[in-house]
Amino acid sequence: MTGRTLWRHTGRWLPPLLLLLGLAVAWQIWVEVRNTPDWYLPAPSQVIRTLWEDRSSLARNAWVTLEEVVAGLAVAIVAGVAMAIGIHASRILERAAWPLVIASQAIPVVALAPLLLIWFGHGLAPKVIMTALIAFFPITVATVDGLRSADRETLDLLRTMGASRFQRFLIVQAPGAMPAFFSGLKVAVSVAVIGAVIGEFVGSDSGLGHAIVLANASLRTDYVFACVVVLSVMAITLFGIVLLIERLAMPWRRFQVEERE
Amino acid sequence: MVASGWIPTAYNRGGHQRAERERSLASAPGQPKPILSIRDLSATYAEQGAILPVLDRVDLDVGEGEFVALIGPSGSGKSTLLDIVAGLIEPDRGEIRLFGEIHAAERRLGRSAYMQQRDLLLPWRTAVANAALALEVKGVDRRTARDQATQRFIDLGLQGFETVYPAQLSGGMRQRVAFVRTMLGGQRLILLDEPFGSLDALTRASAQDWLLDVLSRDQRSALLVTHDVDEAILLADRVVVLSGRPGRVIHQEPVVLPRPRTRDMIASAAFVAARIRLLEQLGLVHAGAGS
Ligand SMILES: Nc1ncnc2c1ncn2[C@@H]1O[C@H](COP(=O)(O)OP(=O)(O)O)[C@@H](O)[C@H]1O
Ligand SMILES: [Mg+2]
Repeated sequence: MTGRTLWRHTGRWLPPLLLLLGLAVAWQIWVEVRNTPDWYLPAPSQVIRTLWEDRSSLARNAWVTLEEVVAGLAVAIVAGVAMAIGIHASRILERAAWPLVIASQAIPVVALAPLLLIWFGHGLAPKVIMTALIAFFPITVATVDGLRSADRETLDLLRTMGASRFQRFLIVQAPGAMPAFFSGLKVAVSVAVIGAVIGEFVGSDSGLGHAIVLANASLRTDYVFACVVVLSVMAITLFGIVLLIERLAMPWRRFQVEERE
Repeated sequence: MVASGWIPTAYNRGGHQRAERERSLASAPGQPKPILSIRDLSATYAEQGAILPVLDRVDLDVGEGEFVALIGPSGSGKSTLLDIVAGLIEPDRGEIRLFGEIHAAERRLGRSAYMQQRDLLLPWRTAVANAALALEVKGVDRRTARDQATQRFIDLGLQGFETVYPAQLSGGMRQRVAFVRTMLGGQRLILLDEPFGSLDALTRASAQDWLLDVLSRDQRSALLVTHDVDEAILLADRVVVLSGRPGRVIHQEPVVLPRPRTRDMIASAAFVAARIRLLEQLGLVHAGAGS
């Protein structure tokens, strides 16, 4: 990494970090000046202490949630990409399923959580399904858009080479849909964590969502905050991993971006 | 530069090509055996309910090993004509005989190689992978295809740029990669639709030079659409002029310049005379201006 790109990265990360730090300091001062009780609003220093002292229970719960999120994402990716390809390839599916996929966006999937509980019990399954349901939509929509965005002239060029429909899909449409797919996946990662937590809220015996419910009931507000911090770190890390995979999967995009700048 | 065969073995007509051309020249003076023969071709587009005629009863031949340039005002249906020959669209009437056979559009696909003004390189493929595309589509295995493309890179001064992405190449180099892709398909007829239209004047001149160079060693037939009269004369054996929309053939100009062609021929009397006649046909100079 050259000095300039290092500076560019620092320049991008530094301002939000400073803002975050400033907010934490203001919060700390506010709590100390007003002397708010811990159950009402614990100071950031208290939250940090809890993060450290309860690290093993936090880690145990985080691991459960992470499993749900990753499993749910995996299901959503497979189902979403399959659905997108189906909608793209088949007129009938496009006419029948695509409007439903769009309309399903209006359903508050979260409201289905209690039903999932009835059908699938308290185990991993209902949370994975909840996560997958929430992550499915952004992946499907983005991938369909990506597949449709293929350049007409390029597809015609392939036809003049005698390429079959399948070859055109493999050579032009599928790789061309990758950027859109990754955009959808980035949205999916963020909402997937929400899906898992809601699944745990409704009925669970472990996971960070479950831990939040318990801590809230016993007025361990500091523990609630600690859970939120861990969830945020989890979401940001997953997002970062997707960014990394995206860069590795599409090395050519770096040059394109530079060209645009 | 190495005089290597551009055409994969199945198509490599090599040395006997010239002999064959001379033979057909003997049988029909000035008219080599047509590889593409278009008769009475008319095409229309339907646009917002109205019918837009774009080509009107066009007759056009391209001989074996012949280079034909097609010029005409913009909108005269030149691209449409190439689309029809390539098999992308079906005309309203008329017949297209390719390599002696008449086929519906669907079955014309893959029989000629088509290069357009936009290079249409796939951004996620390296230069050499882009160049190998036509071979890969034909089922040639990836490594063999890329090896062949790599060899062609040398002829066009692209060596060292094999594993670079299109976004890292200049417009002129991208066009060369697209040209290698076009040539590697192995078809005996190449269709070129203003391939250098987006290049600046200097890059364009060098592009014309490598096109001349490669085609002089290769002897494929070519149908080139261009709006540049000088380019048409410099490259072609014959220049066909289309009228404004709907396009009709209004003039055919045989180019009597010897081969190999060089850029300094632009100053020759034959070149200047051809140029004036073509500009007259295009309505850009008035009759008699040159003589
Ligand atoms: N797909 C299309 N649908 C409707 N009109 C078209 C289409 N393609 C081209 N045209 C029209 O047909 C005419 C001829 O187009 P084209 O063959 O591209 O001409 P040229 O290449 O000589 O400039 C133009 O007026 C253009 O607007
Ligand atoms: Mg055109």
